Amino acid sequence: MFNIERWQEIFETIRKNKLRTFLTGLSVASGIFILVILLGVGQGMQNGIAEEFEGDASNSIWVWTRPTSVEYKGMNPGRFFSMTNEDFDFIHKTNEDVIEYESSRVRIWNATISYKKESGSYRIEGVFPGFQFIENQSMVSGRFINQNDIDEKGKIVTLGRKVKEALFKNGEDPIGKYVKLNDIPFKVVGVYTDKGGEREEEQVSIPSTTAQQVFNRGQNINNLSYTLKPEKDFETAVAKSEEFVASITRYLKNKHVIAPTDDRAIGIGNSLEQAKRFYSLIFMIKAFFWWVGVCTIIAGVVGVSNIMLIIVKERTKEIGIRKAIGALPSSIIGMILHEAIFVTAIAGFTGLIFGLILLEIVGPMVKTDFISNPSVNFNIAITTVFILIIAGALAGFFPAWRAAKIKPIVALRDE
Amino acid sequence: MPHNLNLSIMIEIKDLHKSYQMGSNSLHVLKGINFNVNEGELVSIMGSSGSGKSTLLNILGMLDEADSGSYFLDNIPIKNLNEKIAARYRNKFLGFIFQSFNLINYKNALDNVAMPLYYQGIKRKERTDKALHYLEKVGLADWATHLPNELSGGQKQRVAIARALASEPKVLLADEPTGALDTKTSYEVMDLIQGINDEGKTILIVTHEEDIAHMTKRIVNLKDGLIIDDGIVEQVRANSYV
Repeated sequence: MFNIERWQEIFETIRKNKLRTFLTGLSVASGIFILVILLGVGQGMQNGIAEEFEGDASNSIWVWTRPTSVEYKGMNPGRFFSMTNEDFDFIHKTNEDVIEYESSRVRIWNATISYKKESGSYRIEGVFPGFQFIENQSMVSGRFINQNDIDEKGKIVTLGRKVKEALFKNGEDPIGKYVKLNDIPFKVVGVYTDKGGEREEEQVSIPSTTAQQVFNRGQNINNLSYTLKPEKDFETAVAKSEEFVASITRYLKNKHVIAPTDDRAIGIGNSLEQAKRFYSLIFMIKAFFWWVGVCTIIAGVVGVSNIMLIIVKERTKEIGIRKAIGALPSSIIGMILHEAIFVTAIAGFTGLIFGLILLEIVGPMVKTDFISNPSVNFNIAITTVFILIIAGALAGFFPAWRAAKIKPIVALRDE
Repeated sequence: MPHNLNLSIMIEIKDLHKSYQMGSNSLHVLKGINFNVNEGELVSIMGSSGSGKSTLLNILGMLDEADSGSYFLDNIPIKNLNEKIAARYRNKFLGFIFQSFNLINYKNALDNVAMPLYYQGIKRKERTDKALHYLEKVGLADWATHLPNELSGGQKQRVAIARALASEPKVLLADEPTGALDTKTSYEVMDLIQGINDEGKTILIVTHEEDIAHMTKRIVNLKDGLIIDDGIVEQVRANSYV
């Protein structure tokens, strides 16, 4: 391999056979180039789609109740039931390690909210501090509900931006003012906006405990909301969230005496399930690009093999001459392989570098909705180059081996 | 002349047989050849086509193997050769001259001559010096950097002769060396070969041309795989024609 004489011989052969070398190199380089571009675009699509869905809190789960649909333990279907604080506390206790943010919700539909002479009909949400993060609400001014408010059942309220605009005309600062919720005065502590849309801003939030007390809901809650802690990869996240959903469903069914077969009574929304569908779309796209890439590599390998066959055929006479003047069969095979590996390696890396350069230059400029920052895993690219080199060597070996076996007298025979 | 002295036997062949399978038929090409060549001889092997003369030369050149019989080259038994040993013997003991020159067409004259030296593992610098020396010997030093297709037929054959000499073999084997050349060029090449023989090199030439054969010192006549005539002849010097 590091025989200088051999290298000189190879360089000379390559220099004297430029077209042949160029054609071999071209098929290898273009194969690698196309593969790199394809993989890059595939990655770009993944990035693009991931960005599209990043905006939503992708791992939120919410639970609500509906009338039962299956007769169970002597109870008729169509029974209404309600989750309670006890449920919320139990789930909190048993799933503490996976829950990131949590909030129960006590809903009061169509409450009349007024400030001075202005009034309107809005929804009241009795919530926990975690609600702000689950709903991705951000404060315009003041603060959100805190644990202290929950514990003290404080009569405080945060207003949605729309509510604030409707009640506080002339740009009056609402913080510290009292608004009336169904004629009960609450102190305004903050104003929030929600990217989720105007509907989300046409409501007010008060502490969950306050809502139960003031609006006479006892221990009942309408709704549970959670986000789960981030996991190291998407598959684990999906698995954890499914496990979490299964565990709370099991608990709630048991607690509220609902048939295990009743799929209607407990409603569960899992945004991760939806995200999963997009991720499987991405997976399909990537698989497609891989498929095309692998086909490209196969085409490249076939191309290299063909060229190697032709090269050896073309050099049969030369091989005969070399053998007649004393070349060993091993040196013939070595010469052809050495040249083949050298050419495919140089060409492969050239294609790789050109592909990477193109991605590097054009990549950041591509900014459509579904392709973003196309790039390629360098290890994968390197691996394919080596696969191609090995394939080229194998493709060259068999004809070279056969050529080295030919008796010089046959190779030298004049046609 | 030195070759008339009692010199060692260079080639010794006894009862050599060779057949080729042609489909279901077996073609008996050599039917028991016995013949010796002393060091320094210049021998021509003659015969019509199909007489077995090229087969004999190929066996002598270790490009082909006999079915039976013995072959000693400078007292070394040539038998049961594997590819590796055959290649080494060819490289060390033999120099080939072909009718169609068989130069490597993408290498210049100098590199062609240097090639046997490459396979002897000689370093580049020494290779070049030696190759240039032999190119000078055949009168083509000025053409060292020319590719074969820039040379005339006679020049190509002289490059081939230089290449055959470069490895300093014991025997030169020439298969119709003038077969592709016109008469004048043929004589020039024969003049060169005679000169090399004068220096003591053993040379075997296969030819079917009478005038070429008479420029050697001994003519072996082959017919149907047997030697029918083997005798010393009065050598005609090629330069007397030029």
